[in-house]
Amino acid sequence: MLDNFLIRAALAGVGLAFATGPLGSFVVWRRMAYFGDATAHAAILGVALALATDLPVVAGTLTVALAMAVTVSTLAARGWAMDTTLGVLAHSALALGLVAVSFVPGARTDLSAWLFGDILAVSRGDLVFIWGGAALVLALLVWRWQALLTATLNEDLAHASGLNPARERLVLTLALAVVVAVAIKVVGALLIAAMLIIPAAAARGLARTPEGMAIMASLIGAAATLGGLQLSLWQDTPAGPSIITAAALIFALSASLGRMQRG
Amino acid sequence: MNAPLRPAVAPLIAAENLTIRMDGQEVLTGVSLAIQRAEIVTILGPNGSGKSTLLRALLGILRPASGTVTQRPGLVIGYVPQKLAVDRTLPMTVRRFLSLPVRVTNTDAAAALIRVGMPDVAQRQMADLSGGQFQRILLARALLARPDILILDEPTQGLDQPGEAAFYRLIEEVRRETGVAVLMVSHDLHVVMAASDRVICLNGHVCCEGTPRVVSNAPEYRALFGLGTQGALALYQHVHDHSHDHGHGHGHGHDHSHHDQHDQHDQHDHNGRDHNVHDHGPHHHKDHHHA
Repeated sequence: MLDNFLIRAALAGVGLAFATGPLGSFVVWRRMAYFGDATAHAAILGVALALATDLPVVAGTLTVALAMAVTVSTLAARGWAMDTTLGVLAHSALALGLVAVSFVPGARTDLSAWLFGDILAVSRGDLVFIWGGAALVLALLVWRWQALLTATLNEDLAHASGLNPARERLVLTLALAVVVAVAIKVVGALLIAAMLIIPAAAARGLARTPEGMAIMASLIGAAATLGGLQLSLWQDTPAGPSIITAAALIFALSASLGRMQRG
Repeated sequence: MNAPLRPAVAPLIAAENLTIRMDGQEVLTGVSLAIQRAEIVTILGPNGSGKSTLLRALLGILRPASGTVTQRPGLVIGYVPQKLAVDRTLPMTVRRFLSLPVRVTNTDAAAALIRVGMPDVAQRQMADLSGGQFQRILLARALLARPDILILDEPTQGLDQPGEAAFYRLIEEVRRETGVAVLMVSHDLHVVMAASDRVICLNGHVCCEGTPRVVSNAPEYRALFGLGTQGALALYQHVHDHSHDHGHGHGHGHDHSHHDQHDQHDQHDHNGRDHNVHDHGPHHHKDHHHA
């Protein structure tokens, strides 16, 4: 079954959706959209470093994404003007990464694979890595779920209940770095944040509890993967952007449905 | 500093000579206070007087520049924050909210909702509640932890006066039933004073402290709130008078709680804690806080 590249692609996208549903919900609730962007864009720099040093690409993206995520949350804790800071970091990381890649011989040619993903080329090894990473993130989120939700509502409230909001922030930071490293193969550095935000935003109107929204976001992410792959197959469109397009369509549908319900 | 006057029982939570600096500014200077079991203490002060800062220091969120905060070991705090904005993007039913951060049974959740007078809202979205309903749900959540002390930061902000009075009445009832201590912060004057055993007047330091009656007579208090010689005393007595005035057309619950309150004041008068006031004259005041 895994011999079929389409099935491997579908499994990769669905596996990723298990992690991006709940994590993306937190990104939406905590207004971390730009944070996700900065971390994802930094991954391109990680790709360049990995290619230049003959390290596995995964190690490069994970390291740099983690460094960026930690930098951003440290700056946030110090009360920097986050909108501007994140804008600077996100775009600088992307530009620097692209410049760095241009120095690596031969890397220029498959640059678009890193920017937009290459889900149709997912190997069995990639699949193991994607499912492993997604399972790790999901386990982390489930383990810290109650504390994460409380800290998301109000950090003082979490503190008064004996929780440490800084530690919960770190949990999300770690989870985000792992998801970026996992997702770069599937949707590419430019669209990782979209994979986090759009399914969660689409799930908002359909859910009454945080858990409901997280599960719904995963389902929508999985549906978008399958729909996007189908579109890519029919019209020979790039797979990563097709997946995000499908997600956007589901969002538009959900938003207008919600509007009709509200009257 | 007032050690000889304090009961021998260890307080639930205490600050000793607490100084807090934020951005190089001294927000609180040499603040000492102690909260005992089952008492209702209100910290009163104008905006920017460091009330919320003091609460956050007592909760252990802020690190003091000097001085100490001591919580009794194993102390369970029920906290009601000043602002809790449930983001529109976060779907959250009242029932789900009550299970944060510790999951509670449906029976306990229902009992807590009944306690705060909102039995039918379990399936409502938090974002759809009115200000007064929201505060009651916050209180219900705090009570589910079975706290030794409730800490409330401006709990009636945005409520109208009847709503405010009803909320403080609820706090009193809960205290009477459970023996929970209550520490709250407020900037309004008479409603909250009628519901308190003890008032601490704060403006960067403790200006004066005592029963509502004593504090409302203190010159520091009047200076702080820009009241004339009549000011809050008149207000306070006005409220207080109502408790004896059962035939005046006020709600029963209202009269009842005020009456109760009055009894407690009397007790305080007897055991001398009424006079646990740092000072009355500006002269002493200086000696006391800058020594």
